[in-house]
Amino acid sequence: MNNIATFDRLCIDDPHNSRAGHEVLEDVLRAGKQGTAMNQTATVEQVRVEDLHKSYGNNEVLKGVSLSANSGDVISIIGSSGSGKSTWLRCINFLENPTAGRITVGGKEIGLKRNGKGELVVADPKQLQQIRTRLSMVFQHFNLWSHMTVLENVIEAPIHVLGIPKAEAMERAERYLERVGVWKFRDAYPAHMSGGQQQRVAIARALAMEPSVLLFDEPTSALDPELVGEVLKVMRSLAEEGRTMLVVTHEMGFAREVSNHVIFVHQGRVEEEGNPREVLVRPQSERLQQFLSGNLK
Amino acid sequence: MGAAFKLSDFLPLRLWTMLYTTLVRGVPDLVMMLLVFYGGQLLLNEVIDYFEWEFIEINPFVAGVLTIGFIFGAYFTETFRGAFLAVSAGQLEAGRAYGMSAWQVFWRIMFPQMLRYALPGIGNNWLVLLKSTAIVSLIGLSDMTSLADQAGRSTHQPFTFYLAVCALYLAMTAVSGYVLNRLTARYNVGVREANV
Repeated sequence: MNNIATFDRLCIDDPHNSRAGHEVLEDVLRAGKQGTAMNQTATVEQVRVEDLHKSYGNNEVLKGVSLSANSGDVISIIGSSGSGKSTWLRCINFLENPTAGRITVGGKEIGLKRNGKGELVVADPKQLQQIRTRLSMVFQHFNLWSHMTVLENVIEAPIHVLGIPKAEAMERAERYLERVGVWKFRDAYPAHMSGGQQQRVAIARALAMEPSVLLFDEPTSALDPELVGEVLKVMRSLAEEGRTMLVVTHEMGFAREVSNHVIFVHQGRVEEEGNPREVLVRPQSERLQQFLSGNLK
Repeated sequence: MGAAFKLSDFLPLRLWTMLYTTLVRGVPDLVMMLLVFYGGQLLLNEVIDYFEWEFIEINPFVAGVLTIGFIFGAYFTETFRGAFLAVSAGQLEAGRAYGMSAWQVFWRIMFPQMLRYALPGIGNNWLVLLKSTAIVSLIGLSDMTSLADQAGRSTHQPFTFYLAVCALYLAMTAVSGYVLNRLTARYNVGVREANV
């Protein structure tokens, strides 16, 4: 437990130093694996969402959903379109403001206040920025900045948000572009690349923040079928590296084989969740059975 | 700034700018110019009488600059408004999601992308503005055109002088065109050429 305390302190006191945090985390995990009793306890909770509600006017799209992601967890959130799964993910980094609920990032509960529209917003802008640097998002439509080259896209936020020196940001960017296999496109503009390549750049951009959690919002839904594979392959290798990931997806194969937890959302509620090898193979609820049969036909 | 007002969440601000752009773009430049110069003088006289100040005369140069600024402010407002709306929401959202402040999102993402859409409109407006400065001669300012007019009359060679004016305007617009092209090239980086 001392190890955890150390990690927490390192990580929380200095949110920009997530790299050091990461290394310490790996030490903690290694120590945990060596010890026997430690194995169960040496997990650090990265994100916790409790009883989250979100309404648009009178339409309640999220009716109290909760999740908890420990380091190394890969959680897939599945459900039909309109089930609220994307909204859920977007509420975690406050791209959308929830109407009720509690969110804890890196062991620290986020201070919220109500705005004029009755939504909850982060009270302290500094904390909002901290959350967003610790949770990097990959979007359905990539959203690479179209007026910047690939390399500029990847170094932009590390330099201007994290404030790291340009040389270091470049070194990071090259490393992660190499990692996702698009290094040779570093001087190209996003519009000149295929969707799969763009999405891999977007993943490199997320990695360059060295975040504690990666958020994926339907990362393969906008891709041509033959390009889906290359992106899933990168995501799978990230999962194998032990990165913490929350993935909203329609890819049942990914959910079943890569994630260690799956959450099925239906009409704004968690209908069923658990180990994907059980939940997806022997679904209990009728809804999930219907959903899966529709998907697997 | 007009564009920001027109896109603002605050209704009165939006209404005012709407009134401004509708009014100004709906009235001929010439009429506006005369209205500001002569009408403005009358209005000013009333105000001066009321407060018993000393007489102030509106300088035609100031009136000219103000009117032209006022008129083209309205046109530019519309150009910028359209350009701001053309920047896709996802671009800005990505900025926010990566922890950028509103200020950073504006200057580092919104502004460079907005200019790309605004430049053709800015170019047009600028050329029209450049040429419509000729109407200031109406309120007694001696601009190029009125000078050429006088010179042409006194020397009985109107053709020479008016052609010279044309050449000068052409030179100015050509230089502007060059600068605008350079700007467009600069802000159009990363735009995929249309493939039909």
